[in-house]
Amino acid sequence: MNRWTRLAGAAFVFVCCTLIGAEPARLPADQMAKAIRNDSISIPTPGELFAALSKPGKPNWSGQIRGPIPTTYKNRPQIALNLGGLIADGFIAVEAQDSQQVKNIGTDIIKMAKALGVSENILSRGNSINEFAENNEWDALQEELEATQNEVKSSMQSHRDQDLIILVSVGGWIRGTQVVSAAVLQNYDERSAKVLRQPALVNFIHAQMNDVSPDMRDDPLVKEVSDQLGGIEKLVTFPPGKAPSIDEVRKVNEAVGHVMDEIQQKSENK
Amino acid sequence: MRLAIALSIFLLIAGAPARAESDKEVEAHKVVLDLAGAFSNDGFKMRDGHWTGTLKSKEPALIAVNLYAGNHYWFSVGALEPAKKIDVSVYDETGRQVTTESYNEGERAAAGFSPTSSGQYYISVALLEGAPSSFCLVYSYK
Repeated sequence: MNRWTRLAGAAFVFVCCTLIGAEPARLPADQMAKAIRNDSISIPTPGELFAALSKPGKPNWSGQIRGPIPTTYKNRPQIALNLGGLIADGFIAVEAQDSQQVKNIGTDIIKMAKALGVSENILSRGNSINEFAENNEWDALQEELEATQNEVKSSMQSHRDQDLIILVSVGGWIRGTQVVSAAVLQNYDERSAKVLRQPALVNFIHAQMNDVSPDMRDDPLVKEVSDQLGGIEKLVTFPPGKAPSIDEVRKVNEAVGHVMDEIQQKSENK
Repeated sequence: MRLAIALSIFLLIAGAPARAESDKEVEAHKVVLDLAGAFSNDGFKMRDGHWTGTLKSKEPALIAVNLYAGNHYWFSVGALEPAKKIDVSVYDETGRQVTTESYNEGERAAAGFSPTSSGQYYISVALLEGAPSSFCLVYSYK
């Protein structure tokens, strides 16, 4: 082997080492498994989801507003699930910049929160929502809605109603996903459709639901929602970076729509 | 921005957190609100939710978040003395480090990026210099 061959070999080894060294750092699987997962930071708000959906073009938010839902449920898990859905409705009304809807939804949120016995502080949130809606302060309304949701959850925590917290998050996620999948179906765009990929999120909320007290877990509505989440997790598991097809979006929309109907209509059976 | 900070501080005082936070964690939350508030000037909305904990040498804190393709995110962390220098980095769901914009100023740091794929990401907070300290993570999006 002559000198040039040896030099070329050394250069090749150097380049390989440099390339290997340039590989981005990787987390070991056991470390990822032990990562902190928490309701307050690991579950995105409906506002985050709707912000991403709006990037390629503003959806028809007004068309996504649903009619009023009952606020007289007796079953506490059902109230919590619907409360989460109502908070998502509040975000939709804010995106639609419909101040009357925001006020109506704000009133219903307070009614349901009071039915769960959450802190009286929530009343002042209702006043703020009305005031911001009157003045068309949309950014402030988004913050107020998120703050209301967190205050409801904090109050549940302090009243030892921990199990209801995840139900509020689940209700919000299901309603948000129903609206987003419907909006994507109306005007299919790959960039918008990509927001529906959330397997780890559904896995997390499903695991949290399985972790509630046996009494809560045996509630027929909770059981049904939990069972459905297993199937929904598969429906939102698309390869990273790949947008779901219009048929895949339709399947997600039908599945979450079915669960939302159950959440809304079970009261008479209780 | 002032409203966002005022609301966050109000909740910090009035809201009962998921677990009782120590005075130092509350202090770290105030530090990070000040940093994250700067992003609000660029139209970022600050999440009300946050995470507080203790940062130790050679034991980065790892927090799982779920993000949406299309949004731009900034993850801000504030720590207290005796921490001297901290770092924030982001990893995708396979554990590969993501390229981010970075901000580091002693015990305050932030990382920003726009995911191209929706899904789970990991925020790693490391103590580079100094002694263990309380820290707080918040994030903003637009």
